[in-house]
Amino acid sequence: MTTYYSKDHEWISVDGDVATIGITSYAQEQLGDVVYVELPESGKSLSQGDEAAVVESVKAASEVYAPIDGEVVEANDALAEEPAKVNEDPEGAAWFLKIKVGNADQLTELMDEAGYKAYVEAL
Amino acid sequence: MADAATESDLKQTPLHDLHVELGARMVPFSGYSMPVQYKAGIMAEHLHTRASAGLFDVSHMGQAVLIGPDHETTARALEALTPSNFVELGLGRQRYTVLLNDDGGIIDDLMVTRPLSPAEDGKLMLVVNAARKDVDYAHFRAKLPDNVKLQVVEDRALIAVQGPEAVAAVAAHAPQAADLAFMSAAPMEFDGIDCHIARAGYTGEDGVEMSVPAGAAEAIARALLADDRVEAIGLGARDSLRLEAGLCLYGHDIDETTSPVEGAITFCMQKRRREEGGFPGADRIQSELKDGPSRVRVGLKLDGKAPAREGAEIALPDGDVIGTLTSGGFAPTVGGPIAMGYVPAAYAAQGTSLELIVRNRRLPATVADMPFVPNRYYRKPKT
Repeated sequence: MTTYYSKDHEWISVDGDVATIGITSYAQEQLGDVVYVELPESGKSLSQGDEAAVVESVKAASEVYAPIDGEVVEANDALAEEPAKVNEDPEGAAWFLKIKVGNADQLTELMDEAGYKAYVEAL
Repeated sequence: MADAATESDLKQTPLHDLHVELGARMVPFSGYSMPVQYKAGIMAEHLHTRASAGLFDVSHMGQAVLIGPDHETTARALEALTPSNFVELGLGRQRYTVLLNDDGGIIDDLMVTRPLSPAEDGKLMLVVNAARKDVDYAHFRAKLPDNVKLQVVEDRALIAVQGPEAVAAVAAHAPQAADLAFMSAAPMEFDGIDCHIARAGYTGEDGVEMSVPAGAAEAIARALLADDRVEAIGLGARDSLRLEAGLCLYGHDIDETTSPVEGAITFCMQKRRREEGGFPGADRIQSELKDGPSRVRVGLKLDGKAPAREGAEIALPDGDVIGTLTSGGFAPTVGGPIAMGYVPAAYAAQGTSLELIVRNRRLPATVADMPFVPNRYYRKPKT
């Protein structure tokens, strides 16, 4: 299993041909208290850059964009009941969605953990 | 809410360094660098204010004084620009009002205080919105008669302390604060520092707003924050608190196109003024008072969990768009999303089912009475 990171502060954990996607700890901290998460339906086909989910904090709504192409195979419906999980465990239990990787080449455009850490520190 | 100015263009309040020291996230707001939240975050800050006491830096707001030869003259000059009664405003009393344009639209909303001391006769103290200072001051200078002058106060900060424990926390340093009635004000010493304290606020809670010398603002804020009951609260929670209290944010819920009748703030218009008129836009406003406005600001409670925000369209169930949200978000004390917006008067009754369009989806909502959270303003016990 390999984990990648996007410049939009998403993590993408790839296991075989399924990628689990969520937002990073840095992202949840920037958003503040999450009060609602809108997730896509299973079967929805996403192209890189499409709006995949919306996360609402007390302050504002923020889009989560698909970091790679793929078809949604599962959404984390538990977040509908407990959106605050995104603040508590963003890189674990509060994953947003799983997609079937449509174009593995796009993963090479993403950062690894060290690369993302350096990216955040430079912000 | 935020504007595009870069950090270096931004003005700082006298509490800027304290905000940074407290770990605030600073954002541009109305030309100032202001704390949107501290380490605790908006939700915790909001709930702390309702449970105990919050300290807000509102020094970005404009403080000014109208100065005329006597109360009647100054009051009449202000009455010519607003629909409120200032002639009968008592010593040390405070009143909420609006500056009106010739069409009856709202140039700004502001607080007006008549000084307590008869020695200050002829003065009325104003607090105006930060983003409207320039517009308001220009308007006053253009419209005031020659014998009433506007004096802008540049050397004072403004600190609000709000919440059920707010007055007790302030009274530990300024005992007379405990004696103030709601919407009244007095000069008093806070640990020996000359301050002007009003019992009012923008959260729906009991509390005060303190005009203090800029150079003493940090010492006063530190003295209050040393009290376990008091925490620093940012603009984020200030917004969610005022939304729950059903209070308007200028430039969002009211503006130059909305009248005070449409904005549902007719409590700022006392009986004599409603009847006599004699304020800008009186034709429109008096006819709206008589026949009802064509649109009116209402509160909305969403049935689900998804928030709807400013700009979202308001529609009839499965039907046409009838209005727009002017504020909206998650309300921590209510525990769900709430909003305000304008709808035709026919759809303004409490309990009316409507829909809010968010990302092309229709979210069911119900017209609700405001405030969304009961006001807890101070009521003086009857003796």
